[in-house]
Amino acid sequence: MKVLVAVKRVIDYNVKVRVKPDNSGVDLANVKMAMNPFCEIAVEEAVRLKEKGVATEIVVVSIGPKACQEQIRTALALGADRGIHIETDAEVQSLEAAKLLKAVVDKEEPKLVILGKQSIDTDNNQTGQMLAALAGMGQGTFASEVVVDGDKVNVTREVDGGLMTVALNLPAVVTTDLRLNEPRYASLPNIMKAKKKPLDTTTPADLGVDVAVRLTTLKVEAPATRQAGIKVADVAELVDKLKNEAKVI
Amino acid sequence: MSVYFNETHNQARETARQFVTRHILPHINDWEEAGEFPRSLYLQAGEAGLLGIGFPEALGGMGEGDIFLKVVVSEELMRSTSGGLVASLGSLDIGLPPVAKWAKPHIKESIVPAVLRGEKISALAITEPGGGSDVANLRTRAVRDGDHYVVNGSKTFITSGHRADHYTVAVRTGGEGHAGISLLLIDRDTPGFTRGKNLKKMGWWASDTAELFFDNCRVPADRLIGAENAGFIAIMSNFLQERLMLAIMAYTTAEIALEASLEYARNREAFGRTIDRFQVTRHKLVDMATQVDIAKEYTYRCAALMQAGKNPIKQVAMAKNFSVEVCEMVTREAVQIFGGMGYMRESVVERLYRDAKILSIGGGTTEIMKELIAKQMKL
Ligand SMILES: Cc1cc2nc3c(=O)[nH]c(=O)nc-3n(C[C@H](O)[C@H](O)[C@H](O)COP(=O)(O)OP(=O)(O)OC[C@H]3O[C@@H](n4cnc5c(N)ncnc54)[C@H](O)[C@@H]3O)c2cc1C
Repeated sequence: MKVLVAVKRVIDYNVKVRVKPDNSGVDLANVKMAMNPFCEIAVEEAVRLKEKGVATEIVVVSIGPKACQEQIRTALALGADRGIHIETDAEVQSLEAAKLLKAVVDKEEPKLVILGKQSIDTDNNQTGQMLAALAGMGQGTFASEVVVDGDKVNVTREVDGGLMTVALNLPAVVTTDLRLNEPRYASLPNIMKAKKKPLDTTTPADLGVDVAVRLTTLKVEAPATRQAGIKVADVAELVDKLKNEAKVI
Repeated sequence: MSVYFNETHNQARETARQFVTRHILPHINDWEEAGEFPRSLYLQAGEAGLLGIGFPEALGGMGEGDIFLKVVVSEELMRSTSGGLVASLGSLDIGLPPVAKWAKPHIKESIVPAVLRGEKISALAITEPGGGSDVANLRTRAVRDGDHYVVNGSKTFITSGHRADHYTVAVRTGGEGHAGISLLLIDRDTPGFTRGKNLKKMGWWASDTAELFFDNCRVPADRLIGAENAGFIAIMSNFLQERLMLAIMAYTTAEIALEASLEYARNREAFGRTIDRFQVTRHKLVDMATQVDIAKEYTYRCAALMQAGKNPIKQVAMAKNFSVEVCEMVTREAVQIFGGMGYMRESVVERLYRDAKILSIGGGTTEIMKELIAKQMKL
């Protein structure tokens, strides 16, 4: 079974982002970049499926500037077999990303596509769902467990109020939630081996997809700084404040 | 940002960072207080490939000739905030190269891969109770007796000395001076070889350091590393990378202290303002940052020379001395910026301050480095 995994290059989660002075976006100059953490979980899940003998080949795909080959290489070092880089310097929004991925799905015909549920840069939580719709596949989003069973995959989803299990016919799209697994890190020998794994480059034009933006960002602002908390003497005072000051209970 | 690192280095850095974050940082304060860390950490480091950098692939290493791979991993390991742990985990970096280069083939094949997997620990034993700087006059004697050497004498201050499995030991096989020195590989269980207790130290607490005793210790003659009486050159060539590592340890120690100081100064208030609002603190932080940057970049320069196949003895000695000076200054000022909190064991700068001192002593003292530099300058 072939598994396709999408990975995105984003600002490292440890970095405290700064909004640009002109409010046009977040300052990316000299900022450490890394693989989106949800994508790491997606790669890990695919590698585990391969280790269990369920997956036979893992193809990893990333969309973005040349530099995102670094994240593809990282995925290869973690155990993916082959990489596809859709190179573009343009801003790619969720729908365009989904269309590009759909083009790759058409070519590669994977049985399972695994994506992160969202990327920590814009937190849209859209691409997986859009891809499933465009490709006409079933979707299991926010997965906390993925069990492939013959022609089906059972996905346990983290939903408000608990867990929900859906049974999907393959091919299907799965998006990962935080608790699906704990991703490994690449060993040095595997980093070296990954250098020899194939990495193909293509472009949105090659794939026949127009990536022109449809949404315009008007303004980006840093969240308001939080005010310091206060200490209460006892539970009675806490309840009183919640009731009468915060008015939340 | 540096011009010296490529994508592979960045990935290796990430691996080492993950290793430190997951396996070391949650426990390091306990390990420092306990005076050792679990042996299983060697296995975990081996599995991640962190121990094999610079060693031939045929012996289970990551391959030779990529100095900056070693640089990034060393920097990240130092981010554990424990020079002691790094020293013991990394004692193979000084103990093993002579074995990998010059031991008999069957010896290196039986020993090097196991050490690189983290199953066995390697140590280097040169310093003696009678003296460490004057290597050419070491006194531990090895006398050939049939197909064995009989070793008598002692070594001291040996990193990983307490629990190593294989010791690369400098012994006198010939006459006086540097032309009478050889290296012998002595295993832990060799009859006549014992170790003293784990020595208590000013810093490097998580590292085990011990005295070694050889009492008619019979070592098979095939454990001679390289040619008889050619040990001095081997020891000296081994020092180059050790000193580069010590320079890296020094500026990284300083860098961590600097970062902790910046964070502290931005938040600590005195006289109604954060202490970084005092110009005297600001300028101190600027001086610290300037020195760290220069130490680091100069050390990179030395690494680049080594990468280019040069033998920058003078430059590496300068890098060690300079970085160590910077480290002592920066850790001292860091403690000062922290005030009373800097004196408390719960703040990282307290440990960094104590750990700084060894760096001007180990791998050749600052004075010995200066003698070396003077000689290179034909003074
Ligand atoms: C924590 C720790 C770990 C160590 N790990 C190891 C290890 O793994 N393996 C190992 O072999 N050794 C190890 N050492 C020993 C270390 O290398 C020696 O301590 C060091 O080389 C100095 O030797 P010494 O202590 O005998 O000092 P000495 O040689 O007695 O020197 C004393 C003082 O005299 C100065 N001095 C000596 N000669 C001259 C000169 N010609 N000109 C000017 N000044 C001079 C020195 O600079 C120093 O200030 C370790 C030491 C420590 C503290």
